[in-house]
Amino acid sequence: MIYDHSRKGRRATAQAPLEKPELSGIPEEMVRTSRANLPEVSEMQAVRHYTRLSQQNFSIDTHFYPLGSCTMKYNPRACNTLASLPGLLSRHPMAPDSHSQGFMACLYELQEILKTVTGMHAVSLSPAAGAQGEFAGVAMIRAYHDARGDEQRTEILVPDAAHGTNPASAVMCGYKAREIPTGEDGDIDVDALQAALGPQTAGIMLTNPSTVGVFERRIKEIAGMVHQAGGLLYYDGANLNAILGKVRPGDMGFDVIHMNLHKTFSTPHGGGGPGAGPVGVSERLKPYLPVPMVDYDGDVYRWLTEKERPNTIGRLSAFAGNAGVLLRAYVYARLLGREGMHRVSEFSTLNANYLLKRLMEVGFDAAYPQRRASHEFILTLKKQAKQLDVNTMDFAKRMLDYGVHAPTTYFPLLVPECLLVEPTESEAKEALDQFVEIMRTIKEEAENQPDLVKQAPHTMPVKRLDDVRAARELDLAWKG
Amino acid sequence: MPFIPHTEDDIQQMLETIGVNSIDELFDEIPAELRCGELQEIPPGMPEMEVAKLMQSRAQADGQPLCFIGAGAYDHHIPAAVWELTTRGEFYTAYTPYQAEASQGTLQLLYEFQSMMTGLTAMDVSNASLYDGASALAEAVLMAVRGNRKAKSKRVLLPKNLHPHYRRVANSIVRNQQIELVEVAYDKSTGQVDMSDLEKHAGEGFAALVIPQPNFFGVLEQADALTDWAHQNGMLAIAVVNPLAMSLLKPAGEWGGQGADICCGEGQPLGAPLASGGPYFGVLCCTDKLVRQMPGRIIGKTVDMDGKPGYALTLQAREQHIRRSKATSNICTNQGLMVTAATIHMSIMGAEGLQRVAATSHANTQKLTQALSSLPGVEPLFRGAVFHEQVLKLPLETASALSGLAANNLLGGFDLREDYPELGDAVLVCATELRSDEDIESYRSNLEQLIQSQVQAAS
Amino acid sequence: MSNTPTDRRYAKSHEWIKDEGDGSLTIGITDHAQELLGDLVFVELPEVGQSLDAGGDCAVVESVKAASDVYSPVSGEVIAINEALDGAPETINEDAFGNGWMFKVKASDLSELDALLDAEGYDALLAEEE
Repeated sequence: MIYDHSRKGRRATAQAPLEKPELSGIPEEMVRTSRANLPEVSEMQAVRHYTRLSQQNFSIDTHFYPLGSCTMKYNPRACNTLASLPGLLSRHPMAPDSHSQGFMACLYELQEILKTVTGMHAVSLSPAAGAQGEFAGVAMIRAYHDARGDEQRTEILVPDAAHGTNPASAVMCGYKAREIPTGEDGDIDVDALQAALGPQTAGIMLTNPSTVGVFERRIKEIAGMVHQAGGLLYYDGANLNAILGKVRPGDMGFDVIHMNLHKTFSTPHGGGGPGAGPVGVSERLKPYLPVPMVDYDGDVYRWLTEKERPNTIGRLSAFAGNAGVLLRAYVYARLLGREGMHRVSEFSTLNANYLLKRLMEVGFDAAYPQRRASHEFILTLKKQAKQLDVNTMDFAKRMLDYGVHAPTTYFPLLVPECLLVEPTESEAKEALDQFVEIMRTIKEEAENQPDLVKQAPHTMPVKRLDDVRAARELDLAWKG
Repeated sequence: MPFIPHTEDDIQQMLETIGVNSIDELFDEIPAELRCGELQEIPPGMPEMEVAKLMQSRAQADGQPLCFIGAGAYDHHIPAAVWELTTRGEFYTAYTPYQAEASQGTLQLLYEFQSMMTGLTAMDVSNASLYDGASALAEAVLMAVRGNRKAKSKRVLLPKNLHPHYRRVANSIVRNQQIELVEVAYDKSTGQVDMSDLEKHAGEGFAALVIPQPNFFGVLEQADALTDWAHQNGMLAIAVVNPLAMSLLKPAGEWGGQGADICCGEGQPLGAPLASGGPYFGVLCCTDKLVRQMPGRIIGKTVDMDGKPGYALTLQAREQHIRRSKATSNICTNQGLMVTAATIHMSIMGAEGLQRVAATSHANTQKLTQALSSLPGVEPLFRGAVFHEQVLKLPLETASALSGLAANNLLGGFDLREDYPELGDAVLVCATELRSDEDIESYRSNLEQLIQSQVQAAS
Repeated sequence: MSNTPTDRRYAKSHEWIKDEGDGSLTIGITDHAQELLGDLVFVELPEVGQSLDAGGDCAVVESVKAASDVYSPVSGEVIAINEALDGAPETINEDAFGNGWMFKVKASDLSELDALLDAEGYDALLAEEE
């Protein structure tokens, strides 16, 4: 703990102003008298402490990180360096347009690139993360129906395999979330969908390729059905990496889409954010896009706000969303260019299908063996769990000992004992081959020394943690 | 190929293993009519040196003006060590700490952050961040409506002297759940919440009262009285604070008899650069009683199988990945990296360092106010005490004054005309610890010239 | 051998309900339900005086990895809650059919009990779910 290095009265700061001026004009009763419980350490102590903490993390820069649905691809250093140029870092969010043209040019061009690559009619960059993009998307669907006086639409349909944010976002927009089952081949159960559609349907939220790692083949038909019922289609961009430059959600019939720039456009995940969740829309949802947006008349860039866009669903953050993330994505998009976009989907798909095939060869079961993998795939360890009493979590923890971050476990919920594996396009064949070797080794261990696997990890800074104690005896802050 | 390591040999071997002839064949489940062709509108790829030139010219175009705008984003010094450490790949390229054993660095850091935020605000618990201050307010409102079971009310009182963007964001986010934000007027002479307007809502059954400290005008509120008033009327008290100010001002957890119930705010002054408004991070703290209503990640300290201390995500059953449609919020990814910077920032600065920054910023704004008030027709608009920000009345049209200053590469503050037309020509100014006496003099002399030239033009 | 007590009735959503014979009914979750959830870390109970609809959700049981709604098998008014669960949710894990009871209601229509399963029926349901 940083507090362990703290000593009362240690003042080793060269970083703060040298003096503390008298507080003038502030009434005494408003001034703090208690001591704020912050550590008092030297800069070197802080640097050592946080360097040491960083070394207790797995990260893309240090480990293979095949975390399904999260697209943990390489984050090019140029994106950080070029988004952190002094002129960009020091720009105040309320700076006038005269002092913002460079920044706004980047945003405008990013809007245009995202528009083209998704096949949508307009894009707003303002949502701060995927979940906020989802919120914005569903709020636009609602604004559309409300504007038409179509107020009987109270339900958003969500596949049972969907990410938990989908139903949560629907509810935040005042809708009821209704689940649609997935068929045995991994596609949505179209008959169940037909039965669920009706005048109460506001829309459907789909991920394509879906969270089970396969392409929804009947998407055009589904789009037709939903539109026929008067609902709109929402595309969750979690898996956009799989189809970038190959197929566009706009062409599939979607009305609104969010993108996770921290996935597909390679901005860093930062230990849990910041992300960015731009939204794109079809023509009919354009008036409702969240503000601010950037407009360009061929000469000058300007902001579009509530004033210019009176029907907007509004503002979702105080300023322009996670601007620094948008700049990183912009740099990435310019580095890749048009020919780089489809390579992303091609090589992430190649890597996933290769890895799946190799893992099946060494005795693992695919959840959907009859299907082509997208950029990710699901293994089910049902057999191992039953025969060896070693479950998916045990496999995942043992992988850490071999220096691989575990894939996503127990998601989607409908596949028992599942591992969702997404290698991404930035991994070389050697890394995939090594992963196969590790999985094979763990399988052998599970057969011969199950306790070794069941008690893993053995080499991490801590062993398995007592989650029950963490939740029952809440200790959420160091009180000294 | 940029960022793709495959050699021709690799590709051939991999295709053979899969049993297909080409990469294209891997997309054979996608109906052919859906495939898009070459996307001509997207510019071709560029090598890093070309993109670097482009970005440098874009950055230079924005001129790095001398900045006297605050309005929710403040230009503070960030110790060099903060971002040197934060951009270490092990922090920068990790993700949400789902595998606790392989994420103890991030988890412990977040626990330390929670500890520091509770220390700064004097609240019981903190989460591991939300997107920004404005969306944190929206979540605080949702939390209060859920948490104030007795009031059974979906209405919340929101003062008009709260940041206008915060009010709009809160409204965009909560209105679809039929939650109503009712505006409370401000006192035209002090700039504080108008107690007589507030009294009109006594006993009306609101879930919460929002209390900004300082408010958007920089004016300090009677936080004790407002908190007590909220509690007397069966409401929760939601504090919206500048966390840097909490180092100097009475913290939200100590307001009135019982303290605020929820405290939110913009974390940017704690180590995030201005950077056009983001990424920043939202602060959200509350009392122990409300912890299960809290949205977002929360880290708890626990022990491992051998009894060794360790850290893990906890109270996850509140969250969308488990609770789905009944989650406290849809948030999953938050602002982890910004929190990393803030934690290191607070460690290096300590309470004393933050106080010096806050006090120096306050003193500089006082200096700026004095310097500008020496000009004819310029004076503070409100008589309420302020913290490090001030509304000044101008003798000329605000927009033209600001564009005149901008022409000399000086950003003179935030124009209040659009959000508060009733104030006339008024500008919100801020001089942080980074503004020198020369900078302040530059503002004064530039404004003086603008005023003089207007007088000359008029005569 | 079934351990399902025969002195009470069961809902398909895994709640048990016991007629105390004094006009009150005690409600909890079954041993099977607690086993599925794993170690409980929190229980959210209804408020005394709250009126419940049969089949409506009125409480939540939380483990580390799951949260599950508890549905009232009958309509009525809550007359007591098991406050001991507040600091000791594990009581449900240890004794779901006894000390782990959750709340008591005064039923508005006792005939609603007839629609519920008896111990044998509940065991059959569990066998089916296997």
